Amino acid sequence: MSKVKTGIGRRSFIKSVSLAGGGLVIGFNWMACKRAAEAEAEGTAVLEMPDEWFELNGYLKVGDNGVVTIFSPNPEIGQNVKTSMPMIVAEELDVDWNNVVVEQAPLNTDVFTRQLAGGSQSIRQGWETLRMAGATARQMLVMAAANQMEVPAEELTVENGVISHKNSDQSLGFGEVAGAASKLEVPTEVELKNNADFRIIGTSRKNVDAKKIVTGQPLYGLDTYKDGMLIAMIVQPPAFGMELKSMDADKVKEMPGIVDVFTIDTYPEDMEKEWSDVAAFSKLAVVVGESTWQVLKAKKALNVEWDLNPELTKEIEILEKSAGMKDATGLENTDIHYSLMADVGSKKAEVVRKDGEPEKAFENAARVIERSYTCPFLAHNTMEPMNFFADVSGGKAELVGPIQTPEYAEKSIQKRLGMELEDIDVQMTRMGGGFGRRLYGHFLVEAAVISEKMGKPIKLVYTREDDMTNGVYRPAYHVTYRAALDGNNNLTAFHVNAGGIPESPLFANRFPAGALDNYLAESWTLDSNISVGAFRAPRSNFIAGAEQSFLDELAEEMGKDPIEFRLEMLDRAKNDPVGEENDYDPARYAGVLEMVRDKSGWTSNSSTGARGVSAYYCHNSYVAQILDMSIENNEPVIDKVVCAVDCGIVVNPDAATNMVEGGTIDGIGHALYSEMSFKEGVPQMSNFDKYQLIRHKQAPKAIEVHFVENGIDPTGLGEPPFPPVQGALANALYKATGQRFYKQPFINQLKNTSSDLKT
Amino acid sequence: MAEFSLEINGKSHTVEVDPDTPLLWVLRDHLKLVGTKYGCGIAQCGACTVHYNGSAVRSCQLPVSSVAESEITTIEGLSENGDHPVQKAWLEIDVPQCGYCQAGQIMSAAALLERNPNPSDTDIETAMNGNICRCGTYTRIKAAIKTAARSQTA
Repeated sequence: MSKVKTGIGRRSFIKSVSLAGGGLVIGFNWMACKRAAEAEAEGTAVLEMPDEWFELNGYLKVGDNGVVTIFSPNPEIGQNVKTSMPMIVAEELDVDWNNVVVEQAPLNTDVFTRQLAGGSQSIRQGWETLRMAGATARQMLVMAAANQMEVPAEELTVENGVISHKNSDQSLGFGEVAGAASKLEVPTEVELKNNADFRIIGTSRKNVDAKKIVTGQPLYGLDTYKDGMLIAMIVQPPAFGMELKSMDADKVKEMPGIVDVFTIDTYPEDMEKEWSDVAAFSKLAVVVGESTWQVLKAKKALNVEWDLNPELTKEIEILEKSAGMKDATGLENTDIHYSLMADVGSKKAEVVRKDGEPEKAFENAARVIERSYTCPFLAHNTMEPMNFFADVSGGKAELVGPIQTPEYAEKSIQKRLGMELEDIDVQMTRMGGGFGRRLYGHFLVEAAVISEKMGKPIKLVYTREDDMTNGVYRPAYHVTYRAALDGNNNLTAFHVNAGGIPESPLFANRFPAGALDNYLAESWTLDSNISVGAFRAPRSNFIAGAEQSFLDELAEEMGKDPIEFRLEMLDRAKNDPVGEENDYDPARYAGVLEMVRDKSGWTSNSSTGARGVSAYYCHNSYVAQILDMSIENNEPVIDKVVCAVDCGIVVNPDAATNMVEGGTIDGIGHALYSEMSFKEGVPQMSNFDKYQLIRHKQAPKAIEVHFVENGIDPTGLGEPPFPPVQGALANALYKATGQRFYKQPFINQLKNTSSDLKT
Repeated sequence: MAEFSLEINGKSHTVEVDPDTPLLWVLRDHLKLVGTKYGCGIAQCGACTVHYNGSAVRSCQLPVSSVAESEITTIEGLSENGDHPVQKAWLEIDVPQCGYCQAGQIMSAAALLERNPNPSDTDIETAMNGNICRCGTYTRIKAAIKTAARSQTA
């Protein structure tokens, strides 16, 4: 065991939990009787609820019958933190998981430190606090038992919620001492378990919401129905660069079930925005009515005129060219985006990192290999469209729905409505997907503004078309790689020049930086009026695949095995690193490559199809993948993907495997099939008939997931499996077709050349 | 507005709605059966799948006027205690991530097994191709359908 001060971390844990108030708690109003976690998932016995609950800290309370409620602090978007975060608390508490009830915690920034779903950070940043929450409560329970048994606390052992004193043959359940424990001071120092003593962490536990999911119980924001609630929908400009000019609502107001039609300005110019307040369209037409279908019909019938938004359509000069706005309309086009990116990407840009003398090495090179890669904008397309319930009345705001950034959302409402934080209640529902889209809570602000105007509770519902065409999209990116080879085919310099609309995907200090004497990284951006934001593994979600494709081609040019080539460079980065800013651990990087090589039988080449490899580090975790595929009837068939993952300690192995499987499929799907394009500012895909998402038939036939066991504190998994598989796919496609793939989505190139394919 | 009597999950319901209202919104807005999900509204994603006289259909494209007097089963009525073989298999394999599409996936899978108790991989892929899972749980869905098939034929 290791002793830790409970005051460490970004905030004093003691201070936090003290603010939650200890002592007797008789049910929160938002707490309903729930089944225990495991019983829930298995559909077996239902736990009996206690008569009294005793709160030991903000993370948990213990019932007089030993049942424990653990509050999962972070938003659940499908990354399964609602199960894995409480598992960590339960581990240190030493409670029987079958006696645990999991509840979504309320938004409470006094108690919880980072109630946000993003950056694959929930487990990594919650690890210490969650353990302390369990350990301090355990210690308080042990102290209370020691007092009652009149024995020294050090002589007590705890197992599955039972505290025992072997010498005197006494034992007490958590429920029997919870009341006394809740009156004790929170300890200033607690002991945390050694990894070897984990009984819950590292064992597979079922999703605590699974039973509700498979029986269709209300869980999601869109499932919110409250008395007197009206349905609201927005009508937004048809194109980026346009804004609302006028509206003729008279006829629509007469339609059945329609209560009101008006316009709103979500973000007035003088409002100070949070970073999460990204929105392309501030002025919106709004239809409010009694039922979704009635509002939908009225929305379609509404006559709105749009105009060019002068703020968004001014000429933006970039390198003597106007960025997508040549005609001064500001209505952007995908084909112009691509030609601009290729043009700007071929020029010198801002130098972000330079090691050695790359220019000289390129001048002296016997051969220079140069390749460019590009990708389109992507829509997040969470299966649950954007929506939020809002009831703003009597100086208070109640907001219920799917949001990855509830803390920021609360501040946005504070600023927009001029309310005090304590009068704003943001409640987190389970989310039908996030992928970064729900970091940006404009829909929540819109809902609040609409409710305030109506003076009634409303649920704002985006149609799929609203959702897809009012995106906070993954930007379009472009990268050019250059490699200098000497007469002996040695790599002497490496150059990456990356940019995008409107952000660059470059990570200058990631591999292969640090492995090469001469290295140059340049970055550029082009402006745009299309709203963009984080999309699962931001920036990595493109540049990983591009980089790993280039390294594959480079290895081939150098006559090397692609894994050996990477391992050689990682060896250099490990033993004699260049520069001091390298932000990866070469040994762990090499570890996943070696593991995937061994698990897939790479060396013996047991694959019957075409095979590609890739490895990447992002969001603190390392993932390597080997993908086997073939082309059948001119369609790509992914036979198998083998994944090796190093995310440190794996809290919930089966769920983690699920996450890696999903990330792998998602990565393949987006690289192969998905794109959002624009014509005169109009998003060209507005629903799933035009926007291709990967489907059952296209998914890999098998995915194998292996985790590195190293006992290192855990890092996240939501994002890391997504980027590298795109490189493995591109490299396997090359083996299958004889062609390199430089432009996503790959299916376009595959279709254009399918008759030439090797099968 | 007109009155329609519906037979849903073995119970009779009467609703007064516009005749063109899709069954999806009748279920969700009027009957508060929210297990059937809205995903796309154009029968492209399968999140709204229900059983209509035993077949899997997209409720977002089914006007309420066309389903009166028919037998409708939603996820809430697939089994009384959530123990339909497909639901049990979903729990055993721990399929869901975000979970939003899963009710539709389960309804499609249950209808598949009803007409084909021992589906091949290709049968599964074909039958399930209209149900999108944005989280990418396809391999688990396939495994769960096979598990359910085994449990039914065992």
